[in-house]
Amino acid sequence: MNSLILSVATRYLTGLLLVFSIYLLLRGHNEPGGGFIGGLTGATGFILQAMANGTDRAREALRLPPEVLAMLGLGAALLAGLMSALTGDAFLTGQWLFLGAEDGGKGLPLSSVLVFDIGVYLVVFGAVLTLVFEMEEHI
Amino acid sequence: MSWLLVAPLMLPFATAIAAYLAKGRAAGRWISIAGSALLLVAATLLLVEVNAQGVVAGQMGGWGAPFGITLVADRLSAVMVLITAIIALAVSVYALADIDTRLEQLGYHAIFNVLIAGVIGAFVTGDLFNLYVWFEVMLIASFGLLVLGGSPEQIDGGVKYVALNLIATVLFLAGVGLLYGATGTLNMADLSRAVEGVDPGLLSVIAMMFLLAFGMKAAVFPLFFWLPAAYHTPAFSVSAVFAGLLTKVGVYALIRCFTLIFDHDIGYTHQILLWVAGLTMITGVLGAAAQSDIRKILSFHIVSQIGYMVMGLALMTPLALVGTVFYLVHHIVVKANLFLIAGAVQRLAGSTELSRIGGLYKSAPLLALLFIIPAFSLAGFPPLSGFWAKFLLVKAAIGVEGWVIAGVALVVGLLTIYSMTKIWAAAFWSPHPEGRDTSLSQLSASDRRGLLLPIAGLAVITMVIGMAPDPFARFAEAAAADLLDPAAYVSAVLGEEQ
Amino acid sequence: MEPFFAIAVGGLAAAAVYLMLSGELLRYIFGLVLLSNAANLAIFVSGRLTPGAPPLIPEGAYAPAGTVANALPQALVLTAIVIGFGLFAFALVLTFRAWTTLGTLEGDDMRVAEPKVTK
Repeated sequence: MNSLILSVATRYLTGLLLVFSIYLLLRGHNEPGGGFIGGLTGATGFILQAMANGTDRAREALRLPPEVLAMLGLGAALLAGLMSALTGDAFLTGQWLFLGAEDGGKGLPLSSVLVFDIGVYLVVFGAVLTLVFEMEEHI
Repeated sequence: MSWLLVAPLMLPFATAIAAYLAKGRAAGRWISIAGSALLLVAATLLLVEVNAQGVVAGQMGGWGAPFGITLVADRLSAVMVLITAIIALAVSVYALADIDTRLEQLGYHAIFNVLIAGVIGAFVTGDLFNLYVWFEVMLIASFGLLVLGGSPEQIDGGVKYVALNLIATVLFLAGVGLLYGATGTLNMADLSRAVEGVDPGLLSVIAMMFLLAFGMKAAVFPLFFWLPAAYHTPAFSVSAVFAGLLTKVGVYALIRCFTLIFDHDIGYTHQILLWVAGLTMITGVLGAAAQSDIRKILSFHIVSQIGYMVMGLALMTPLALVGTVFYLVHHIVVKANLFLIAGAVQRLAGSTELSRIGGLYKSAPLLALLFIIPAFSLAGFPPLSGFWAKFLLVKAAIGVEGWVIAGVALVVGLLTIYSMTKIWAAAFWSPHPEGRDTSLSQLSASDRRGLLLPIAGLAVITMVIGMAPDPFARFAEAAAADLLDPAAYVSAVLGEEQ
Repeated sequence: MEPFFAIAVGGLAAAAVYLMLSGELLRYIFGLVLLSNAANLAIFVSGRLTPGAPPLIPEGAYAPAGTVANALPQALVLTAIVIGFGLFAFALVLTFRAWTTLGTLEGDDMRVAEPKVTK
């Protein structure tokens, strides 16, 4: 699509959408949000790029092929499930690390649940972009 | 304990990721082989554990049944996982010689391993909705493999395969919804108890929806049309793994649901299954008789053989279920092997169309020998595995005075011999119509190894099951006893002391 | 409420069957989309409809107070929608490939894999 307005707006929108997608991802543990919707939102940013400047530019901006991102996400989710092996819990049991926790507070909670969610984010992000780029290029 | 269940499920995923990241390099094939070998080890460990300890169940994430994700393996599941691992290993070795670099670059090895993960997931899940999800994992991977390469035949076959399988998917989903509405649970062990309070008429309706959904996956009469339309189009490795495993997942799901959940009115539901079984056998074998391409003949024989397995389920006696379990294991090995052999025939003689090939008996006697074993086993010749499988089923049918179905099973066995001799006569005995050199020496040494090693390995398994059926039959007996008395399964899943 | 949804499911399924019987691949795919939405709606209703009571557990409690909506069917439907989305995206691409390689979308004309026997 050859539209000046779209391509200028995309410069700002892509960044905004990516930041917003990370926000959605991180907020997902206790509130509405999460890896799935975050991945979709993030993918929207690159879909805009693809529509405004062509898929070549979008692929370039992505650096890694989207399929590889999806596969890495699958790997992250798998890894998150396997983390519970270290403590002898069942597969996929959430493992928590409270950094700098003091009495009463929880400090900075890090968990395998978050790793799993990041995996979901990447899978959705990669899969949607694979699909859209393929369609954009061949149809 | 639950890690024994997780390992066979997660290994193929890990293999898929590794193979994908190595895409386009030769490493992908070796990763696939190594992953399948590890899977075989994991599956063997699971089988040993299940055989010694009884049903193994695990709750993922520590969320107890019936609310969490349950993985569970009884003897039937465990043996299906093992046989899946064997086929995965055989086919990934075969792929060395069969899959070219173009398909590898399109991600063949990764999709193949995702398919295996889906199949194993369907075997070890203890929850109907998760069964749906694993079916979808399997389905989407099979779509990818089927049209990988994108020749017009593949697209044509793929359209029919996709179109009909998606209907089955939706029916399955609707059935799951109705069953949930009636019982309020989807954990299979929990369902086995919860259905007691449901109106039997309503339950029969839901059972029929599941019969349609799984029946379409299993390719029974009259829902099998997608199978002969698609199975002869993709690469030979792909057809072999489809032929061996995919329809059998449907049969497994039928067995699981119609022994565990829908056993409220056997006189009605299993009577329908019996009709389906008989008609499936007959239409499949007649369809095969009309074909003249090796892969199309074999595809129709998948359909007719599915009839035998459903027949055992329909009779629902201990002996009949022993026969079904035995048949499942025997059939997966034999069928996958025949498709692998069809691939070797194509490589040597240049086609799988019977009128355009020949001369293989003289030029490649080893291949001829390796063909005879699964072909005669399929037809039910003693002392090969198929004989015992058919023997058990026919004996079970006679035991409940089901003369008609026993007769059908025997006649279909005879007609199977007709198809096998047709292939034998055209591909092996008669001379090649173009006088082409069909000897094995035209292949490179590594191709020869890649093609013949898996074929020989699977043939040996067929021989072993045939020559020493006792331990296998005893195992099948124990598996059938598990199926007929699901108390152990239910209490293992729901975490109660027996 | 439930009878109304039951009729809606039936209507969707009827429209889907009508589209799927047309013998044209694209309409068939649209029919499947409708059918899968009918199934999703059926799952949703099978959890019973409880309007105006979100399944939230108050702070400090272990169970929700009073009758709340059933959250499970929503999770199931969401999963089914996501899977359906993937499958239909694939089906759509396949339809397009069928159009470019086979030159037709009429089911009766697709005879490449199963050619008519000529004797």
